[in-house]
Amino acid sequence: MPDLGKYGDTVMTAYAASVVLLLLLVGLSLWRGRKVRAEMTRVEQRIKRDG
Amino acid sequence: MNCEGRKDPLNPCLMTLSQKANAFWAYANPKKFLTTTERLLPFIWVLSGVCLATGLIWGFFFTPDDYRQGATVKIIYLHVPSALMAINAWMMMLVTSLVWLIRRHHVSALAARAAAPVGLVMTLIALATGAIWGQPMWGTYWAWDPRLTSFLILFLFYLGYIALWEAIEDPDTAADLTSVLCLVGSVFALLSRYAVNFWNQGLHQGASLSLDKEEHVADVFYHPLLVSIAGFVLLFIALVLYRTGTEIRARRIRTLLARERVGA
Repeated sequence: MPDLGKYGDTVMTAYAASVVLLLLLVGLSLWRGRKVRAEMTRVEQRIKRDG
Repeated sequence: MNCEGRKDPLNPCLMTLSQKANAFWAYANPKKFLTTTERLLPFIWVLSGVCLATGLIWGFFFTPDDYRQGATVKIIYLHVPSALMAINAWMMMLVTSLVWLIRRHHVSALAARAAAPVGLVMTLIALATGAIWGQPMWGTYWAWDPRLTSFLILFLFYLGYIALWEAIEDPDTAADLTSVLCLVGSVFALLSRYAVNFWNQGLHQGASLSLDKEEHVADVFYHPLLVSIAGFVLLFIALVLYRTGTEIRARRIRTLLARERVGA
């Protein structure tokens, strides 16, 4: 860990906030993507089955 | 092959160009878009992860403190790439919105919709890291500085754009109206980029990077910053391609359900 001196809290807060926001963005995108993909498969199968 | 002076429609040079253009517009076909992006996405995800990790680890652990700003200079590896992407995301939305308005390709409108939340988060990161960085350097988290203010307006434009998509039920009308909003917002996106050049007053420093070598930060900060920027660009591409695929599937679900209702 580098010595951040008196700015340790500042730098760590900036990194923590950015990483959390990026992870949330990627996580929510992947979660919604999987949900929509599963929903599409379900609807397509139902329509195929019911003709 | 000599193509000069041949303007007839059977000119093989012109046909080649036309075929090339057609090959590009083939990606406006949702099926072609999905099959191509599904092949590309794993590589782009991995590459973006590698570039981001390399740039941030290099910048955080292996660069010295700045002689004036101390360790806070390490925030540059997050602040500059996110600010760049905040502006460029809107520019990408502008291009895809124009494609929608002119050529009516649904994939382009959906790509603009998919990019908006990514741009919003990039703007938020730029604003947050800027405020955190500003406190020890300027003695305040916020000032009504031209660049900060134009970025705040860009953030509000992103929120308005996303809200407009959600508020209108008919997707084609929503795409039309959001495209117009995107054209208007582009003025502020450009203003965010050039605010420091338009107005000299304000706390924010000039550009950290430019094609003019004299404006660059020192090489010791510049190289990891470039890697970090590459990581952010690749992450943006990966997210937009993935999210556009999601929007295409969501649209297909709506179409299938509508057809089912009509058929019932």
